[in-house]
Amino acid sequence: MAEPKPASDLTRRVLAGDRVALARAISLIENETPQAAEVEDVCFRKSGRALRLGITGPPGAGKSTLVMRIAQEYRRRGETVAIVAVDPTSPFTGGALLGDRVRMAELAGDDGVFIRSMATRGSMGGLAVHTAQACDVLDAAGFARVVVETVGVGQSELEVAQTADSTAVVLVPESGDGVQAMKAGLMEIGDLFVINKSDRDGADRAAFSIRSALELRAPGSAWSPPVLQTVATEGRGVAEVVEAFEEHLEHMRVHGGFERRRRRRFEQRLDDLLRAHLWQEFRAQVPAAEWAAALDRLESRRATPNGTAAVLIERFGANRPGAARSSG
Amino acid sequence: MQRKIRVLVGKPGLDGHDRGAKVVAAALRDDGMEVIYTGLHQTPEQIVEAATQEDVDVVALSILSGAHMTLFPDVLALMRARGLGDRLLTGGGIIPAEDMESLAHSGVGRLFGPGASTQDIAKYIRKWFAETHGGNGAGAKASRKPARVARAAPRKRPKPAAKSSRKRR
Repeated sequence: MAEPKPASDLTRRVLAGDRVALARAISLIENETPQAAEVEDVCFRKSGRALRLGITGPPGAGKSTLVMRIAQEYRRRGETVAIVAVDPTSPFTGGALLGDRVRMAELAGDDGVFIRSMATRGSMGGLAVHTAQACDVLDAAGFARVVVETVGVGQSELEVAQTADSTAVVLVPESGDGVQAMKAGLMEIGDLFVINKSDRDGADRAAFSIRSALELRAPGSAWSPPVLQTVATEGRGVAEVVEAFEEHLEHMRVHGGFERRRRRRFEQRLDDLLRAHLWQEFRAQVPAAEWAAALDRLESRRATPNGTAAVLIERFGANRPGAARSSG
Repeated sequence: MQRKIRVLVGKPGLDGHDRGAKVVAAALRDDGMEVIYTGLHQTPEQIVEAATQEDVDVVALSILSGAHMTLFPDVLALMRARGLGDRLLTGGGIIPAEDMESLAHSGVGRLFGPGASTQDIAKYIRKWFAETHGGNGAGAKASRKPARVARAAPRKRPKPAAKSSRKRR
């Protein structure tokens, strides 16, 4: 990696808090334009101050409304807030309808808040492909808290846990069924749990069943996730959610989990980048005819996927042009 | 990654009829665009601030209240003041032909009335995008392909010499 280059005009404006430049910078990153790397690198170096909060949960749990209330609560406490709201891209048309702002209209007109909608663009983990990079930009621009709202998730879209410093899983009274709560995945990534729409029947029972399920979690973590109840539309219970986030962050700072978590996040990002780049380089080395022949052999059962992969790596892996220069 | 066209669809003013806006939003989504729907009762200031934060290429307003002769010029003036003068302001509603013409003279894009086909709206936006961004509308075709499904698929950066270098900033 080269020495830090002087920042471009756009990046300087981002760091100065120019909202037009900030929005443009995120677009450059989303569109993977040539200038994106410079923006990403400069902002990465300037990032690390903002605390990143993840909000995840099934569709219709009230995540957007809760995010709006959380932002309001932070504003009351004098902190600036950036929100990244992710909605799914259609795998069929490539289009997306990003509607989270509808629930956040009350935040309009506040210069201490910045909301950006992102489409997943093919990422399957509940976040957009470049959510982490967008968070770096918002972090570098000086927002004290960056709240990331995932798409409505099922049980396995858990990427937010690798992007946020602290994650809240938002459920509704009806999702508290005991067996559901014991399933792997979503229940394991919550640093706090929120039963939203708690004015409905069954909220207490849902909270109880989640607490019971959490007690079955493997011991070893000093933090036991609180289970909170909210009615986000009315703002009820939201101050307690913000308090719980802050307590968890403080707990991690005291007990050392904070740096560990961020380190794991960087490792994941590095892994993803390397996997993508190495795969792309390798794939470019395999001539189309060889590729087709390999598929033919698989189709006729003359070769196995394991064997074919080994042969391709043997033949083309060492010849990657990147292999020779990668030490530089 | 293909450059996606981002469109804000909003309803300014005191007008609670959002069926049309939603139909257009869904049609543009189905055409492969990223549509930011901002909901009802937005002030021009709110719309332009949202357009800023979302870095949209197009602002599309649905106005059925008869206030189009103030709302479109207000939004356009705010967009220009905010440095978004290079984006397209378009929309639709119950708007007499002579009003459409007069708004077009002031710099508002084409407006669509009752009975307009959603395909025409999408086509108009794609044509505007291709003309103003130096592309040949390739984005239109490419974005109809299924989005890639692999997580962390390789990123392809366009060649720096591409003719589509955008003049903004």
